[in-house]
Amino acid sequence: MDWLQILSNTASTIISPATMAYALAALGLAVHFGYAGLLNMGIAGFMALGAYGYAISILTFGFPWYVGVLVGIVAALVFALILGIPTLRLRGDYLAIVTIAAAEVVRLLFLTSAFDDVTGSADGLSGYHTDFRGTNPIPQGSYGFGPWVYNEIGWWVRILGIIAIVLAALMVYRLVNSPWGRVLKGIREDEDAVRSLGKNVFAYKMQALLIGGGIAALGGILYAMDRNVNSGVYVTSLTFFVYTALLLGGAATVFGPLLGSVIFWVVQAFLSNLLPALVAAGILPFMSSIQAGTVRFILTGIALMLIVIFRPQGILGNKKELTFVK
Amino acid sequence: MRFAPTATARPERRRRLAAVLMAALIGLIGLQLMLPGAAAFADEVDTDEYPYRVSGNVQLEGEPRGGVELNVKGNGIDTDVVTGEDGKWAVGVPERNAEYTVTLDESTLPEGIAVVEEGVENPNVKTATVGPGGRVSVNYFIGQGERNVTGFGDVLVERIVNGLSFGLMLAIAAIGLSLVYGTTGISNFAHAEMVTFGAVIAHLFANVAGWPIWVAIPIAVALGGVFGLGLDGAIWRPLRRKRVGLVQLMIVSIGLSLALRYTFQFFIGGNTVQLPGASSPPIRLFGSVTMTAIDMVSVVISIAALLVFAGWLVFTRLGKATRAISDNPSLASASGIDVDRVVRIVWVIAGAAAALAGILFAYYRPGLKWDMGAEFLLLLFAAVTLGGLGTAFGALVGAMVIGLVVEVSTLWIPTDLRFAAPLVVLIIILLFRPQGILGRRERIG
Repeated sequence: MDWLQILSNTASTIISPATMAYALAALGLAVHFGYAGLLNMGIAGFMALGAYGYAISILTFGFPWYVGVLVGIVAALVFALILGIPTLRLRGDYLAIVTIAAAEVVRLLFLTSAFDDVTGSADGLSGYHTDFRGTNPIPQGSYGFGPWVYNEIGWWVRILGIIAIVLAALMVYRLVNSPWGRVLKGIREDEDAVRSLGKNVFAYKMQALLIGGGIAALGGILYAMDRNVNSGVYVTSLTFFVYTALLLGGAATVFGPLLGSVIFWVVQAFLSNLLPALVAAGILPFMSSIQAGTVRFILTGIALMLIVIFRPQGILGNKKELTFVK
Repeated sequence: MRFAPTATARPERRRRLAAVLMAALIGLIGLQLMLPGAAAFADEVDTDEYPYRVSGNVQLEGEPRGGVELNVKGNGIDTDVVTGEDGKWAVGVPERNAEYTVTLDESTLPEGIAVVEEGVENPNVKTATVGPGGRVSVNYFIGQGERNVTGFGDVLVERIVNGLSFGLMLAIAAIGLSLVYGTTGISNFAHAEMVTFGAVIAHLFANVAGWPIWVAIPIAVALGGVFGLGLDGAIWRPLRRKRVGLVQLMIVSIGLSLALRYTFQFFIGGNTVQLPGASSPPIRLFGSVTMTAIDMVSVVISIAALLVFAGWLVFTRLGKATRAISDNPSLASASGIDVDRVVRIVWVIAGAAAALAGILFAYYRPGLKWDMGAEFLLLLFAAVTLGGLGTAFGALVGAMVIGLVVEVSTLWIPTDLRFAAPLVVLIIILLFRPQGILGRRERIG
C-alpha cells in the first residue's frame, strides 16, 4: 500500500476546483441558512444554473468566458427571484420542499432530450474551454511543489477560484457584520419581532436569497470551468453534501463553510484512496473495491447525522448563535 | 399505403402499458404541406432532382430510428435511402399519379423487430401511389399488428387509468410520510429509503433466496414495519427525548437517508434488478387501454391497503388518537393519550406501507435500484404538501393529483420531463393555496 501516494492525493484536493466550488456553494448556503434561516434545499439548482449558464452562453451564443460567468450568476439570480416570491412568505418546511422541487425541475429541464441542441441532455456539455484557456496569462508548464503540482490551466482555474472565494468571503463578512446583517440574524431568530420593528422581512429574505444564490452559482461555474457540465452532478445529493460541508464548518460563520468544504473533500479523497487500497491489500476481505467506493458516502451520511445532533453549531460556530430555531 | 391523419401525425410517445414492441413509419405529409421547405429531411435522396416525393418517418417505441434502409422503385427509378438520426427519410420521384414500390429492409431493424401486418404476405413491401398532390407518405407497422397512431381520446383514457394506478401507489407511501409529519413534525427524507427497503427485501427473498414472490412480499412488508419501529427506537425517540429542533431532525433524516441509500448500494450494487414477473404480457381491457396482470393486482392491493388504513384512521381508538396528536400533541397528551406509543405505531405503519409502496414501485418503474426511493421522494413530498402538510386524507388526494399529472402530462410534454410536471404544479398551487388542497388556513406560519 502506497501511503505516500494516498496522502499526496488527499493533500492535493485541498485546493482542487471541486473543493473551492463546494466552499462557494456552502458560503452561499451560509447566507441562506446560517444567517437568514432560510431552509434552501435547492442549492444544487443554483449551481446547475451557474454551470449551464456559463457553458451555454459560450457554446450557443459565443460569448467570452467572463460574460458567461455573468450570465451564469444572472440565471441564478432570476431563479432566486422566481423561487422567492411565492415561498418566502411561507413557513420554513414549505420553502425546503419548494426549493428542492424547483432544483429538481431545473435539473430535469437540463436532462431532457427536448432541448438536446442547447443542453446536450444526458451527455452534458463540454468543449467550451478555448476562450477561457486563451486568456490564461500563465506560461505553459508545470508549477508548484509537493502534492500541489499543476499545469498552467490547473493554476489558472485555482487562482481564479481563490480570488472568487476571498472576494465572496469578504463581501459576506462585511454584509453580516453590517446593520443589514443584524436585521437578517434577527429574522432568523424571531421574524415577528423584526417585523414589529417596522422592517420589511420579505425584502430582507429576498436579498439574502439573491446574494447567497449568486455566490452558489459562482461555485457551480467554478465546478464546471475546466471540466464539463453534466446534469447527473446537480442531483439532490449534491445539496445534501454541501449541507454536510456547511454544518461541519459552522452554518452561521463566514469561514466555517470554507473550512467545512476543505475537511469534507480531504476526508472524501482520503477514504476514496484508502479504502480501495485496503481492499487491494486484502485487509478488508468482506468487500469489493466497488463496495469500498460506497462506504465513504455511508460515512458521510452518518457524519451529517452526528454533526447535527451533537455539534449543530459546527466546528467554528458559537453555541449561543442558535441556527436551528424553527 | 396509409395516410396518417394530421391530428395524430406528430410522434406519439410510447405508451407505457402497451409494452408491445412496435415501430411505425409515419408519413408526415400534412406537416410537409404546411411547412414547405422548412422541415428538412435528415436523409433526402433526389428531392432536388425530381419534383415529387415519397417520404416517411421511422419510429421504434416512439423514438426515431436512424439507419433503417428503404428502397423506392418504379417509373424508372430505383433509389436506396437510409433514415437519418430523426428517423425521417424522403425520396424524390419523377412522376405523379403513379405507383412506386417501397421496401423496408428488415435486416436493418433491431433484432427481434419486424414489420408485421395481418393478412399480408410481405408486409415490408408496400405500394405507394403518388396522387395529384405529388407527395405521399408510407406507414409500416411492427409488433402484433397494432398501429402506433391511436386516437387522442383513447390515449387520454389510458393515461388517466395509469395515472390513477400510479397515484394509488404513491398514496400508500405518502400517507405514512404525512402521518409521521403530523404526529412528530419530522419532514422525513429517509422515507425514500423506507420505500427502497421494501423492494430490496422482496428482492433478497424472491431473487436471492428463491422464495415465491407472494411469500416474499408479506415478509418484506412486515420487515418494513419492523424497520420503521427500529428507526424510531434507535434514532427518533432518543432525539425526541433530547428535544432536538425540527430543522435539526429534518437534516438528521437527510443524513440517515444518505447513509441508508449507500448501504443499499453496498449490498445490491448499482444496477437495476427485476422482481419476478415484472415482464408479464399486457391484457387489453377496452379501447386501447391495456394493463398487465401485475398492474391490476397492484391497483387492487393499493385500494385494499388504503381502505384498511382509512378505516383504521377513522373508526378505531388508535386511529382517533393519531389524528388527535396530529391536531395538537400537547392537548392529546393531556387528555390521556400515550403519545410515545401512538408515535411508535405510526412508525410501524409508515414503515410497512412504505415497503409495500416500494414493491409496487419496483413493478411500476420497472425494476428496483438502490436510489429508486430518492426518485420517488420528491413526488411524495409534493403529494403531502399538495394535500396539506400533516393531513392523512390530504396526502391521498395529493397523491392522486400527482399520479394523474405525471401520466397525463406526457400527452403534451416529453416523457423524460414527466416527473418535473407535478413539481411545477406543486409550486404553482402553493402560490395560490399554500395550505394545500385539504389543509386549514392557520397551519401556515
